[in-house]
Amino acid sequence: MNWITNVVRPRIKGLLTRREVPENLWIKCPDTGQLVFHKDVEANLWVIPGSGYHMRMGAEQRLKSMFDNGEWDELSFRDVVPDPLKFRDEKKYVDRLKDARTKTSMKDAVRAGVGDLDGLEVVIAVQDFEFMGGSLGMAAGEALIASLEEAARRGAPFILFAASGGARMQEGILSLMQMPRVTVAVQMLREAKKPYIVVLTNPTTGGVTASYAMLGDVQIAEPGALIGFAGPRVIEQTIREKLPEGFQRSEYLKDHGMVDMVVHRHEIRPTLARLCRILTKAPALQVAEPIRDTDVVTEEELPELEARAAE
Amino acid sequence: MRSYLDFEKHVAELEAKVDELQALGQAGEAVEIEDEIGRLRHKADEALDDLYAKLTPWQKTQVARHPNRPHFNDYISSLFDEFTELAGDRKFGDDAAIVGGFARFRGAPVLVMGHERGSDTESRLRHNFGMARPEGYRKAVRLMEMADRFDVPIVTLVDTAGAFPGLDAEERGQAEAIARSTEACLNLGVPNVSVIIGEGGSGGAIAIATANNVQMLEHSVYSVISPEGAASILWRDSARAADAATNLKITAQDLLKLGVIDGIIPEPIGGAHRDRDAVMASVGDAVAFAFDNLAGLDRDAVRRHRREKFLAIGRNIPQ
Repeated sequence: MNWITNVVRPRIKGLLTRREVPENLWIKCPDTGQLVFHKDVEANLWVIPGSGYHMRMGAEQRLKSMFDNGEWDELSFRDVVPDPLKFRDEKKYVDRLKDARTKTSMKDAVRAGVGDLDGLEVVIAVQDFEFMGGSLGMAAGEALIASLEEAARRGAPFILFAASGGARMQEGILSLMQMPRVTVAVQMLREAKKPYIVVLTNPTTGGVTASYAMLGDVQIAEPGALIGFAGPRVIEQTIREKLPEGFQRSEYLKDHGMVDMVVHRHEIRPTLARLCRILTKAPALQVAEPIRDTDVVTEEELPELEARAAE
Repeated sequence: MRSYLDFEKHVAELEAKVDELQALGQAGEAVEIEDEIGRLRHKADEALDDLYAKLTPWQKTQVARHPNRPHFNDYISSLFDEFTELAGDRKFGDDAAIVGGFARFRGAPVLVMGHERGSDTESRLRHNFGMARPEGYRKAVRLMEMADRFDVPIVTLVDTAGAFPGLDAEERGQAEAIARSTEACLNLGVPNVSVIIGEGGSGGAIAIATANNVQMLEHSVYSVISPEGAASILWRDSARAADAATNLKITAQDLLKLGVIDGIIPEPIGGAHRDRDAVMASVGDAVAFAFDNLAGLDRDAVRRHRREKFLAIGRNIPQ
């Protein structure tokens, strides 16, 4: 404990980690180049007003936007060995993990919660692309397994928002093993006869699509999302041709029968709510108040009316 | 014609000398040559022994891809009888990168299927170098479901660089096909045993290697990504493949330690291609032993065994 660690280091750290301009005020649409006010994009669920371009959405925002009143019980997951292979490329894997945790305030790439979606209990898991490209390693695998098991135990539908570049290379074969492992948990949910709905978001590729993310009872894709097994660059190198416009995008997958629907982000919540209710045989939500004769008062309403009258 | 790998240069030189002397001997030049041949041959064997006792992960990758290494078809002809190939996915086409059919293994009916890479230019093209398209995985699902219906156990032989990354494969749902095949493996009520005989390339391998028992040949490799692929992504330099191979932990020995595979099948000194009969016999024994250990489990127990085995992977690794 000396002044170097106590005074100088925090200062240097402060200089290095100082945030860029408080919240970038403007966001540039990746599609049209148009500049949009940050707050407007946020209020629009990260869809650029005008162009309709779907920006990436973090796990926190996604969970908040899905559950009733933005409230849910966060699920916790078993701990995993942090660096099973002692992997080191240009950087140590443990350092990459540390950086990702600082950047996202997440422990790993998957968060999940239990809560209500239009009054129906559901489990929702979200892969966050900001955490090492949403890559699938042991921690994410355990998180998905636990979430699927929780849904099976509760008899609740399970909804996955997928976003991932694929397996996490730094965990080698153990990341590959998450493909069959999560599939085991998908089967448990199938046996519990509860719906498994996948929402594919930009981008979902590699080992994630080649396992649980393509096994949903219903497959929904957000507009314009890149979805595929191999990345476009690898395919171009293999076939030595330029890929056609729109290749591996949501709309292309729909045309080729690989997803059920392409749904605008604003419509995803009602679509999920509707599907979950139908597949679990829950009664339909009443859209409008039923019309009734206002003069007729039921017995249950009497005490309340009397109380009100007394005030 | 024997073909040598880069790191086998020393052995190649010694063996070339042996061949030379033998030719001289046959021409009746001298008698003392016999001794010299024996001495050189012994030296070459020792060099090979030394070399193969401590192959690096990158060298093992090269052995696993050796052009003379026994392939699926070699195992079929020496380990299985009455092989009856079944073709096609009944949806689009037949993919020769994955070959499968019913056969007898030591008298008992089995479904055997696996990747075939081909052994000359013509067959390599026909089998697409063992890189399957969706039709290959959909055929695998069809055959596995049939075997399950008839209560016939399944052997898979894995040898692929990976699933084919092409436009047509994507168009027809490569990812979904792999996912369904893995799921089909997990659904089986009959035992399945998988042997990685060469290269276990990522999703293309796991799709048919999600088995009750997974064995690897001593010098085979099994990885989430090829060392070259990892090198070009993580080091931005595909020449760093050797570093990537070491870091990725892709050898049979590493995978056994990590609890990912169930056993290692020894190879003859100098690799499987130097003594095919020996390697066939070892693979046969290992497969038979694996099935013996699963005998007596009913369908539910077989399924449970496989699930619990995969769920346990990674949960008991020491810090």
